[in-house]
Amino acid sequence: MADENNPNSTNGKNGGKVGLLEKVKAGVKEHIQGLKTDIPAKAKEQIEGLKDPTKTQVYTSIFRHKHDDTPRNRALGVLSNVFLHLHPAKINRDAVRYSYTWGMGGMTFYLFIVLTYTGVLLMFYYHPSKVQAFRDVLYLEHDVPFGKILRNMHRWAAHLMVIGVWLHMFRVFLTGSYKKPREFNWNIGVLLLVFTLLLSFTGYLLPDDQLGFWAVTVGTNMARATPLLGHEGPFGSMLGMTPYNDVRFGLLGGSIVDANALLRSYIWHCIGIPIVASILMIVHFWRVRKDGGISGPAPVMLEAEADKPRRGPKAAGE
Amino acid sequence: MDWRQLWEICSAPDNVPIVGLIPLLAFYIYLAWRQAHANDVLIAQLETDPALAKTHHRKTWPFKPGWQKEVHVWPFLLRIEFLAAIIVTIVLMVWSITLNAPLEEPANPNLTMNPAKAPWYFLGLQEMLVYFDPWIAGVVMPTLIIVGLMAIPYIDTNPLGSGYYTWKQRKFSISTFLFGFIILWVAMIIIGTFIRGPGWQWFWPGQTWDHNRLIYEVNRDLPDIFGITSNVAKAIFGGIVVIGYYLLGGFLVYSLFRRYMGKDFKRMSLLQFSIVQFFLLTMVALPLKMALRLLWHIKYVWITPWFNV
Repeated sequence: MADENNPNSTNGKNGGKVGLLEKVKAGVKEHIQGLKTDIPAKAKEQIEGLKDPTKTQVYTSIFRHKHDDTPRNRALGVLSNVFLHLHPAKINRDAVRYSYTWGMGGMTFYLFIVLTYTGVLLMFYYHPSKVQAFRDVLYLEHDVPFGKILRNMHRWAAHLMVIGVWLHMFRVFLTGSYKKPREFNWNIGVLLLVFTLLLSFTGYLLPDDQLGFWAVTVGTNMARATPLLGHEGPFGSMLGMTPYNDVRFGLLGGSIVDANALLRSYIWHCIGIPIVASILMIVHFWRVRKDGGISGPAPVMLEAEADKPRRGPKAAGE
Repeated sequence: MDWRQLWEICSAPDNVPIVGLIPLLAFYIYLAWRQAHANDVLIAQLETDPALAKTHHRKTWPFKPGWQKEVHVWPFLLRIEFLAAIIVTIVLMVWSITLNAPLEEPANPNLTMNPAKAPWYFLGLQEMLVYFDPWIAGVVMPTLIIVGLMAIPYIDTNPLGSGYYTWKQRKFSISTFLFGFIILWVAMIIIGTFIRGPGWQWFWPGQTWDHNRLIYEVNRDLPDIFGITSNVAKAIFGGIVVIGYYLLGGFLVYSLFRRYMGKDFKRMSLLQFSIVQFFLLTMVALPLKMALRLLWHIKYVWITPWFNV
């Protein structure tokens, strides 16, 4: 039999069984003892550890540095955060002066975010069709919880954004901030101005009321008169332009402001222009950093220094 | 004085931004002017005192040796941004609670609004429709505005005034921009909003909008005044006037530049200078054409079979 080779088999079947049972008993006893002492000790230790959550693996995986108030941590707080790293770690002590910057660029960007947020919420309640559009606005105004304030915020933020862009541009001009090396970024800014106005303009039609309808009619009627490309513009009819194939037709998707114009407006307003404007904003912000941060407040220059380079090998050689 | 009419215009929800824009602009112009003046005083002082110019930190704000030149973005900038975001949010919330966005009757192509106005930020262009044909006011002008704005950094060759407010170092460029922004853009918007009533007629603030008012204005064309009747002669005459305006005006700009802004003129290439000339003359042409129309009832200067200017 197989038992003959087993040393335990000499104690008989019973003896072997008792040995195993005792072993299991001892093991269980040990584990129960462990449950009573080790686990509470471990749990206590871990709960103690939770009292300082900054040491947990979850926390350290999210935040990559400590937050004690040291210069290094202040810099890292900005540099290791994807949203804040648009900023440098340190800036000129005078560059934070509101009287110089007016803060209009930042506020405009903030308003863009507010508009995106409120705009997405509005999209849940709005159908860009002639049958539904106006009713949806009435529904928003009267039945949707907080619908009225949502629409109001979207509209007033849009107006504020237009004003913000103008004032930003005004400040940039008055401080000569478009001068070398920031020429290109000024151009991006001009494009952003245009797209801000277009965003606002395409949104004007969406409530499908008299105000928007006639504003857009007046606005797009000018496209009729586009030289060469409009049927009423100079040389337009010579090139075969009619109300059914000119540039205005392309903008409205028809010869009058109707269902297609509403849909086109909606798509430009909610998808097309925001994407283009966002890309331009990315370039705009990136260039601010690459062109050496905000322009000033810089030390004043004197007439005699006008044609001398300020820095670089040429200035050092003089 | 019709106060009710005035109140109706000023309190129309979509006109509120313009009512707000005026004090905002006044405040920021004041803020910029105050700093420009302070800088100009400092510049004048440094110009007369070269020794001081070498050691001075060249800003109007105090700075002492030993002070750090840079500050941490966190917290010194981020707290301002955070505060600005909160203030903008509060302003927006209060505005949205107190004033409702406008909603008129459902769109009706058969019922024309009178006056039918574009959104307020385009009213300057709509005002231009009175004085120019739609292809100029609606297409050429916006294009020129965009192109002109984009050209600014490449035609302004003055290296002074980069990164600080100043008036004395940039008199020409600042006054040109103020002319374009305040007079040609904002003032036209204000006219379009507060002054233009039914039929796009001129109603002074406080004057009742009379929907039945008719004005019999006999508008003439410039060639008519000179007794030119044939179409060919009209086209040639108008062409001469317009081209002559640019040539003579161009010469005037040239001589003024040489006389008063010799240094800037020297720095400019011929291309840069001719672009400045063109945009300057085109900007000045707007109020000139407005004056021709409003004071002498002249409609067109240049009449051709294809376009009228």
